Amino acid sequence: MAEILKVEDLHVSYGNIRAVKGISFEVHEGEIVTLIGANGAGKSTTLNTIGGLLKPRSGRISFEGKDLHGLSAHKVVAEGMALCPEGRRVFQQMTVLENLEMGAYTRSKAEADETLERVYGLFPRLKERYRQVAGTLSGGEQQMLAMGRALMSRPRLMMLDEPSMGLAPILVQQIFDIIVDMNRQGTTILLVEQNAQMALSVANRAYVLETGKINLSMQGDAEDLLRSEAVRKAYLGG
Amino acid sequence: MLANLINGISLGSVYAIIALGYTMVYGIAKMLNFAHGDVIMVGGYVAFCSITYLGWPPVLAVLASVVVCTMLGILIEGLAYKPLRNATSLAVLITAIGVSYFLQNAALLIWTSNTKVFPNIFANLPSLKLGGTQVAPVTLITVFANIVIMIVLTLFTTKTKMGKAMRAVSEDKGAATLMGINVNRTISVTFAIGSGLAAIAGVLLCTAYPTLMPTTGAMPGIKAFTAAVFGGIGSIPGAMLGGILLGVIEIFGKAYISTQLSDAIVFAVLIIVLLVKPTGLLGHKVNEKV
Repeated sequence: MAEILKVEDLHVSYGNIRAVKGISFEVHEGEIVTLIGANGAGKSTTLNTIGGLLKPRSGRISFEGKDLHGLSAHKVVAEGMALCPEGRRVFQQMTVLENLEMGAYTRSKAEADETLERVYGLFPRLKERYRQVAGTLSGGEQQMLAMGRALMSRPRLMMLDEPSMGLAPILVQQIFDIIVDMNRQGTTILLVEQNAQMALSVANRAYVLETGKINLSMQGDAEDLLRSEAVRKAYLGG
Repeated sequence: MLANLINGISLGSVYAIIALGYTMVYGIAKMLNFAHGDVIMVGGYVAFCSITYLGWPPVLAVLASVVVCTMLGILIEGLAYKPLRNATSLAVLITAIGVSYFLQNAALLIWTSNTKVFPNIFANLPSLKLGGTQVAPVTLITVFANIVIMIVLTLFTTKTKMGKAMRAVSEDKGAATLMGINVNRTISVTFAIGSGLAAIAGVLLCTAYPTLMPTTGAMPGIKAFTAAVFGGIGSIPGAMLGGILLGVIEIFGKAYISTQLSDAIVFAVLIIVLLVKPTGLLGHKVNEKV
């Protein structure tokens, strides 16, 4: 399968603090790939850098063979890559529909209308509540809105940062089911999660991040990692 | 009584139009543009020169004033504020005060400190009789302009793509960027709109109070800022309500209490409102994100 995203020797710093220290990985078209690891391992930093919100100190990020270096964050979306950020960050004072419209900011009206139907298909709850102000939605609904909003830009690669954070177990299951559905409908997924068990159970491949580096002995097929003794000990609670 | 009320609403409508500029820029760029009042002054001078020296008809003069101020707003934002996008708010505030002094002194250099008498551009229009009180055409036009601007701005921010993008930027710049919204351009557009409104306010202010000096914009600027805070900064209807209330309080204070104390009364009311409701009359608390 063709590479949709390739990250080579990426370094990212916040001032003098080096958060990501030379990581390389790739995502193939049609896959669900997950980056797991403890708090502060550099997972979100990696996603935010790929999304263009942070500038790398060095390294190369290419999307569908095109180098993204120097592209402003707002232009990355138009390239076909969406980031659903940590903590959802829906526009609280705007309605559900307005949030979705913002997601389609880089697309034409016709494309937006068409995608809206697809998003409503995946998230019937959003259709029911389209006129409601986003700040009044429950946490699970806000996560659905954040994902639906990211889908509105018709991304070929969707990056999800901690979609299960702060949600009840039943909702976590629901959110992951939708991630699998989105993937079946043709969107490649790069998933960052602290809930390693859940992430590994839906992913094709996985990388483990430890203090800004990829642990080379723990990468590859997600099912193997799920069974691996070392991963179980470190990330799955024994 | 009625005459005072009408005068108050008229003055308040000018404050409201200025306050709308303040509040939009604050809402979206999260900065207090203290040079906003001086853009009003520039607007007044541009209209004055177009009419007096170039002999242009008033409509054209207003248009010229709007165009010049809009460009001035974009220029100020690009040169002075944009480089400070990630700086502390104190640095931006001090820069804004610097821009304010720069504009006042540039005006002093170009137009000197001599007071210019602004022509009454609505002299040919009839005035309205309302319950025995004469309502000047400038009053009618000011109130009407105020209502139109408010409706247009509300429609713009709720119905158009650019307007919705502004609201998105105002809530969360990072998330707006992730939507593909160009935050810098959105902020420039906001400054352009705010400065264009300042030009209209400048012409209306100078027609009602026809003395034009380089410091003409300073006091109305501060009053309008007060009005914006009064109504709830960041809120469009709040700026409107705050502006009109401020104008009415000021005129009533002048008429019934003391001309000298009228400004003190205005600010005293502001202090009381902020003590009781720190977010202003129509402002709502913005929850900090976790």
